[in-house]
Amino acid sequence: MQATAAGAQTDDETTTTAPGEPTQTTEPEDATTVRGRLVNQTDDETQEPVEGVDITVSQDGDEIGTATSDGDGEWEVVVPGPGQYVVELDDGSLPKDVELREKGGSTTRTVSISTPGQARTAVFALGEDPRQTVSRFDEVMQKIFDGLRFGLIIAMAAVGLSLIFGTTGLTNFAHGEIVTGGALIAWFLSSTVGLPLLVAAPLAMLLTGLIGGALETGLWRPLRKRRTGLIAMLVVSIGLALGVRYVYQYMFGGRTRPYSDYNLQIEDRYGPIGATPKELWSIIIALVVLVAVAVLLQRTRMGKAMRAVADNPELASASGIDVDRIILLVWVFGSALACLGGVLLGLAEQVSWEMGARLLLLMFAGITLGGLGTAYGALLGCFLVGLLSSLSTLYIDSSLRTVPALVLLAVILLIRPQGILGRRERVG
Amino acid sequence: MDWSLIFDSTIKAAVNKEAMVFALAAVGLNLHFGYTGLLNFGQAGFIAIGAYGAAISVEFYNWSLWAGLASGLVFGIIFALILGVPTLRLRSDYLAIVTIAFAEMIRFVVRSNRFTWFTGGSSGINGFSDDFYDLNPFDPGKKYGFGPLTFSGFELWPAVVGWTLVALCSVLVYLLIRSPWGRVLKSIREDEDAARSLGKNVFVYKMQSLVLGGLFGVLAGFMSAVWTRSVQPDTFATAATFFAYTCLILGGVGRVKGPIIGSMIFLALLSFTDTFLRQAVANDLIPDSIMSGSQVGQTRFILMGVGLMALMIFRPQGIFGNKRELELDAR
Repeated sequence: MQATAAGAQTDDETTTTAPGEPTQTTEPEDATTVRGRLVNQTDDETQEPVEGVDITVSQDGDEIGTATSDGDGEWEVVVPGPGQYVVELDDGSLPKDVELREKGGSTTRTVSISTPGQARTAVFALGEDPRQTVSRFDEVMQKIFDGLRFGLIIAMAAVGLSLIFGTTGLTNFAHGEIVTGGALIAWFLSSTVGLPLLVAAPLAMLLTGLIGGALETGLWRPLRKRRTGLIAMLVVSIGLALGVRYVYQYMFGGRTRPYSDYNLQIEDRYGPIGATPKELWSIIIALVVLVAVAVLLQRTRMGKAMRAVADNPELASASGIDVDRIILLVWVFGSALACLGGVLLGLAEQVSWEMGARLLLLMFAGITLGGLGTAYGALLGCFLVGLLSSLSTLYIDSSLRTVPALVLLAVILLIRPQGILGRRERVG
Repeated sequence: MDWSLIFDSTIKAAVNKEAMVFALAAVGLNLHFGYTGLLNFGQAGFIAIGAYGAAISVEFYNWSLWAGLASGLVFGIIFALILGVPTLRLRSDYLAIVTIAFAEMIRFVVRSNRFTWFTGGSSGINGFSDDFYDLNPFDPGKKYGFGPLTFSGFELWPAVVGWTLVALCSVLVYLLIRSPWGRVLKSIREDEDAARSLGKNVFVYKMQSLVLGGLFGVLAGFMSAVWTRSVQPDTFATAATFFAYTCLILGGVGRVKGPIIGSMIFLALLSFTDTFLRQAVANDLIPDSIMSGSQVGQTRFILMGVGLMALMIFRPQGIFGNKRELELDAR
């Protein structure tokens, strides 16, 4: 940790000379300087001074002076007087195993000096954060846990998307908006109407399911009857998605807001993993619901009919299944599930107008990975995508966590475009 | 209600910066979607490449702006290859998903904290376009034009260059489409298997179309960066692609003048709605409970979404399109 005092008035200045710099003799008493000490925190206890790192001090783009850290890790640059200076650390001059504490963080600091003779410190934190005693293993386990939850949420939201594609051929770009819509309805019911979330959520699922059904009956079925091409319907779904998304922003505002229940919870520790009760319950609920969905698809007549229509609508129709009715059921159930996914996502990350839109790419990646048009494939693929996104934050910024999943999408399309569980003829 | 202001801003919007940028992007999309049947939803990515290519080259590497343009074009080609190689052999849905994904990836990367030192992060980059304005033959102080169509000498230069580019690219597309190459593209749009059975390498033709249309997008991004004199990641969100699509479809897919007229009309319409609503809110014709000033900005997106839906459902050929040319079917 840095230990230099900041802004102390120096009386008697003896500069530490950096190797390779022209030797500076004792300075007049009112020399204004920018200085610092570079230490690498290797673990909780140990700090090692870092030598040989180049620092440049400039003002308004003009270089004022440079210094290189000495054997004690100290460096100092004399500046002409009060003002604002930019201190830059040359990270190319850092030794190989030393890096900034904030990975990818800025290598410049700005210092302001107000009185002559002041010595200002610029702090560059290197190495581990000694306050945080999380071992690598613990971190990984935590990320796996988070990824598990995230993956289940994506899977729940995306089952409907995959089945809609399978039964109607429509790539529903508005599915993200169904997720958001469900979460927003639940938010409205719980925050404005005042119902507890345990009541608001199932009610929202019901309402969202009905909305999904209305969409199918009012928009998509007429278009299909009219023999509108799939590409045209895709573009319609995009128009719908964009329009609805900004209606959400219009009505809900641009900020994110949490649900009023289950807001502040304390983390319990289970071995290496820290989890709040709502996180645990999210996983349990998601698992139960998804297992129920799987049982429904496998064991009930309706479920079998859904899988049949998703597989081959003409053949299913020839065997007596009412395809339109099945499609309607797919929309209703798919939307309800998307709503539940939205509520769980809102519990995890707060509710916002674009929460579903942000999820959409991950849903597509997951479904394509698992197999477009299948139900089980969707579950598997989305689950993997969620896990991958979470684990990737071990190495990259969390703002970039969607990127690995998207790269995986491109790779899968190169190697096995039908996905893990998909069938070849759907594809090219 | 200041009707003359509304009228003036509507007319000006038809020839202003946004119309020009979307026209150029839509010319590219017309080549992709209109003539080849490719669902490129990542045009915003090409636009971003053009804009950031210029900005970063000048800011970071101290190259000239023209080197920035060249690097944007090169990266545009690479991007098109990256998009096309996994997806052009598959169904159009896959191209749609992958193109959206990659365009968003570009935006994430450009916006993220990690690369702020390079890309300016969410605040973007400014002040790189001097090379362009140095060539301005018009007097920056004077005003040119008449009535609502007045431009300062400073702005007139990018306007002239931009719209000239739009015209040139449209002429290029016109000539290409009438060539044997263009006819193969149209046959691919109609029935890929038939084209393939005639011995045409469908993949290569599609790739060429993707690259060329993408380069028009890069040009659009370059002009956008130069006219605005700044780049910011959020201008290149997916919504930008769909603005371009709406312009294209409104004007008429598969017609050379479609993207141009469509952009002019659509931007004029957006400007009209914007100005009208702002006036209405300011003059209390619309109470604050229904719409506040900040919400006016969102109406343009809602309009675009609804407009896109309505167009595809009721008049997919737009204004000038030919319904028979528009056999956008299952594939």
